Amino acid sequence: MERGYEVIVVGGGHAGCEAALAAARMGARTLLLTVDLDRLALMSCNPAIGGLAKGHLVREIDALGGEMGRAIDATGIHFRLLNTGKGPAVRAVRAQADRLQYRLYMRRVLESEPNLFLQEAMVETILLEGGRVVGVKDRLGQTYRGEAVVLATGTFLNGLAHVGLESFPAGRAGDPPCLGLSRSLKESGLRLGRLKTGTPPRLDGRTIDFSRLRPQKGDDPPRPFSFRTRTLEVEQVACYLTATNPRTHEIIRRNLARSPLYSGRIKGKGPRYCPSIEDKVMRFPDRDSHQVFLEPEGRWTHEIYPNGISTSLPYDVQVEMVHSIEGLERARILRPGYAIEYDFVYPTQLQPSLEAKEVARLFLAGQINGTSGYEEAAAQGLIAGINAVLRIRGSEPLILRREEAYIGVLIDDLVTKGTDEPYRMFTSRAEYRLLLRHDNADLRLSQYGFRLGLLSPQEYRRVEEKRAIIERTIERLRSKRSRWEGEEVSSLSQVLKRPGVGWRDLVPCDPELAELDPEVADQIETLIKYEGYICRQKEQVLRMSHLEGKRIPPDFDYMSLEALSWEARQKLNEVRPSSLGQAMRIPGITPAAISLLLVYLEKESRMALGR
Amino acid sequence: MGETEKDTIAAISTPVGEGGIGIVRISGPLSLAIADRLFRSSRIPPPSSFPTHTLHYGFIVDPEKQERVDEVLLAVMRSPHSYTREDVVEIHGHGGLVALRRILELVLQQGARLALPGEFTRRAFLNGRIDLAQAEAVLEVIRSKSERGLALALRQLDGSLSHRLRGMRQELLLLLAEAEASLDFPEEGLEFIPAEELEVRLVEVEKAVRRLKESFNQGRIVHEGIATVLVGRPNVGKSSLFNALLQRERAIVTPQPGTTRDFLEEVVNLEGLPFLLVDTAGMRADDLSLEPAERHGVERTRDWIERADLLLVLLDASQALSDEDRLLLQEIRGRKGILVMNKVDLPVRLSRGEALEAVPGLPCVQVSALSGEGLEELKGIMVEAVGREGLDTTEGLVITQLRHRQALDKAERALAEARKALAQGLSWEFVCLDLRESLEALGEITGETATADILEQIFSRFCIGK
Repeated sequence: MERGYEVIVVGGGHAGCEAALAAARMGARTLLLTVDLDRLALMSCNPAIGGLAKGHLVREIDALGGEMGRAIDATGIHFRLLNTGKGPAVRAVRAQADRLQYRLYMRRVLESEPNLFLQEAMVETILLEGGRVVGVKDRLGQTYRGEAVVLATGTFLNGLAHVGLESFPAGRAGDPPCLGLSRSLKESGLRLGRLKTGTPPRLDGRTIDFSRLRPQKGDDPPRPFSFRTRTLEVEQVACYLTATNPRTHEIIRRNLARSPLYSGRIKGKGPRYCPSIEDKVMRFPDRDSHQVFLEPEGRWTHEIYPNGISTSLPYDVQVEMVHSIEGLERARILRPGYAIEYDFVYPTQLQPSLEAKEVARLFLAGQINGTSGYEEAAAQGLIAGINAVLRIRGSEPLILRREEAYIGVLIDDLVTKGTDEPYRMFTSRAEYRLLLRHDNADLRLSQYGFRLGLLSPQEYRRVEEKRAIIERTIERLRSKRSRWEGEEVSSLSQVLKRPGVGWRDLVPCDPELAELDPEVADQIETLIKYEGYICRQKEQVLRMSHLEGKRIPPDFDYMSLEALSWEARQKLNEVRPSSLGQAMRIPGITPAAISLLLVYLEKESRMALGR
Repeated sequence: MGETEKDTIAAISTPVGEGGIGIVRISGPLSLAIADRLFRSSRIPPPSSFPTHTLHYGFIVDPEKQERVDEVLLAVMRSPHSYTREDVVEIHGHGGLVALRRILELVLQQGARLALPGEFTRRAFLNGRIDLAQAEAVLEVIRSKSERGLALALRQLDGSLSHRLRGMRQELLLLLAEAEASLDFPEEGLEFIPAEELEVRLVEVEKAVRRLKESFNQGRIVHEGIATVLVGRPNVGKSSLFNALLQRERAIVTPQPGTTRDFLEEVVNLEGLPFLLVDTAGMRADDLSLEPAERHGVERTRDWIERADLLLVLLDASQALSDEDRLLLQEIRGRKGILVMNKVDLPVRLSRGEALEAVPGLPCVQVSALSGEGLEELKGIMVEAVGREGLDTTEGLVITQLRHRQALDKAERALAEARKALAQGLSWEFVCLDLRESLEALGEITGETATADILEQIFSRFCIGK
């Protein structure tokens, strides 16, 4: 038996790595257990980070002191700012990573962390004593004791991969599944469901005819993810566009019977927004072509990731299908595409801190909670790691609000609404999207990162300086009288509000603007131009804060509210919302139910006062 | 001591007045037990054994004095098939107000509590039997002053307002989904709704909202009555006409000018339309010698004239046109009104032509409030003047609550903002903000929160994903 640990993290994927790093950096003695040390932070699917909403998550992770932003800046080979023609709330950075470099970088970071211990082990059981977790046991019978455990096992729980009608147990291609843990979790009282996801075949780039395909180049200059990355100099590689065609679809249709999805072999529910090519062809029969992005997997490999043809069709069909696509007529498949089904834990069983309600000190993060995507996983991992440490120390957990961060939206959606398909973040999930911009993640969240010890004082100071500059500049533009195109104006900010005017146009009147970092200047422009809208969102937040602030006692007896329907009572009892605001978001809870809750809450509080 | 939802409440559910049937309604867990203690009939079993929705003849008896208080019909409606979804007992008494009050007292003594205003309806809402709009409609049904209002309120009660709103919300949801998809999935190579089409469809929704909103005015009219203000100089016979139209003695009528100081409002039902008759103080030219009370009266007269939907302008046909008359006629030019030449039972000294000189085109009628001459004609003209078509409630929906009107205002404003943002070429995330606000505003009316499943819409329409 080894010396005990404070935090044990099970799983070395994106969630596990963030959790382990956060815990260790907060000073906790942390153990990271993984089935394969050579595959820490491996990108199982698309070798890309970021994009709409996901990019926002990465920035927030970064602002809190997490690692993902720096990792992608260090290893990215292609950076693009999306939605450049659109507004500030929906612009985001997306980057392709060199898949190999990414995990080498992460391993180096993990190994350099003093409080962090890495170990290769396949965990099969969680150990409980008196309703709380005290450690884990691996396949070899080895026990590891910890004061808190973070489970970040991804798609490994009872994972089953399918290629055509062949299936084989796998956590993902090349990794064994974790077979014992699901049983252990069920025994502890948690309820599990089943999900599926898929991935496309990988291609040999030397056998692809790029000459006929449209290239997509990275931005020049590229924008970094991390606010701690001062400069980003990278020689970028291009991606290429192609598409399926009616012949491709015909091949797919002809072979549907051999697709595990359509023959009913796969039990789990898949993501609607990352569907297999079979899904796409069957659900949208009017479309005669679907886009395919050819993404290089790394600088020093010829492996190509064809984004858009995720599939579980048999190998021979995959070959035929690929060859029907323009540019890919001679492409060789290096690895087949496959679907994987796996167990997940219904996230309504978690508190907003990601601690399980029924199993104390057990935290869950990542795809095990029913999410999809590295960024979603990393965000949860970071929060779980932080809260595991805070829990051990007896402090209040870090719970981000929906108006503070996409991370707040993510976790609140999971624990309040639950999910029955792999949850992915979209900007439209955030009702306060305009406040949660790509450009202000650091301003919103750095103070938490700093207080928790995940950001250094210098890093934090830089953010505060940025905040000061922004405030100063806005004040200056607001109050400075000037001449603009021959006319007297009382404030340059009024000019900036006019359509078509950007901050660069104001430089002649206000040369100081040219000295600013362009991203900062962009942010100032956003704040001034859309002041009205931003105010409106802030007012909405204020209006809701009344309901969010109305707390519900954790032991509130929902089942006794006879006036509520049975379903409503059950839902409330399952989620156990901490506030009336959260209760409102539970699907199926009507305003009448909320009114009733309010009445009962008042009654309870009056009675409590009476006592 | 706080009132709780678990209490049994009771109240007299019929308007307080003389004669006829009055109902004491009881709702809550003790209803049947209370009925057991108070109700006696030749049928041996007590009310708590009655099947639901049955009516039984018997007596209310004071349990202590063993005296019969009233002859009643007792109705039992068992939970959840009652107005409030709780056990409801209704005691229909025949003995007039005094007996009814006695019954209520006995009920309260047996453990019920006096219901707060609207509490039965509140329970119906909280117990999920009706939604917010329907709850308000119930109050309308109770208060409605004419057949039209009743028809309206009944329609709202059966959810047709909710139905119309749902259609609008659905369209907004679709548009929002398209807009959101264009923002969240820029790289999918999908075609989203072009700005021009979005504009056109937004205009349609805006129009629908406006139509519904405008009907609010009609609704208000039907609910409160068409504000019909009687104006004319002192002693021209306003109060007499007022009474004559109502067919009863209400106002004080004496020959002294300036006797009627108070405003009198009364609703009269003409051919199914409710007219809210308002008898104003005598309109006199601004005279500083007037007592403050009189002057105040004059001010309020002006308010009423402003608010009036229809003006009945009275002239004394037995006298020549005075300066005051002329001033008045000037003031009301352009307004909807009827020129009423009163006192034709006396020798007529004012001709129609003369009277109409100042206000040509206005309908004119000669009446005698005293004898009744011309009254029927006047009533007919009143109905015509208001215009029957505008108040036809069988076609459109009418919103009778100010709250609804305000919610629709909000929705309309948000839609206008959305279109403005669209026209300015702003990124659609701002248009989406306004669309969401509009959706929320519409949801306020039925009490639904607008947690629209936008993603549901997006994925059923678009092929997303790599």
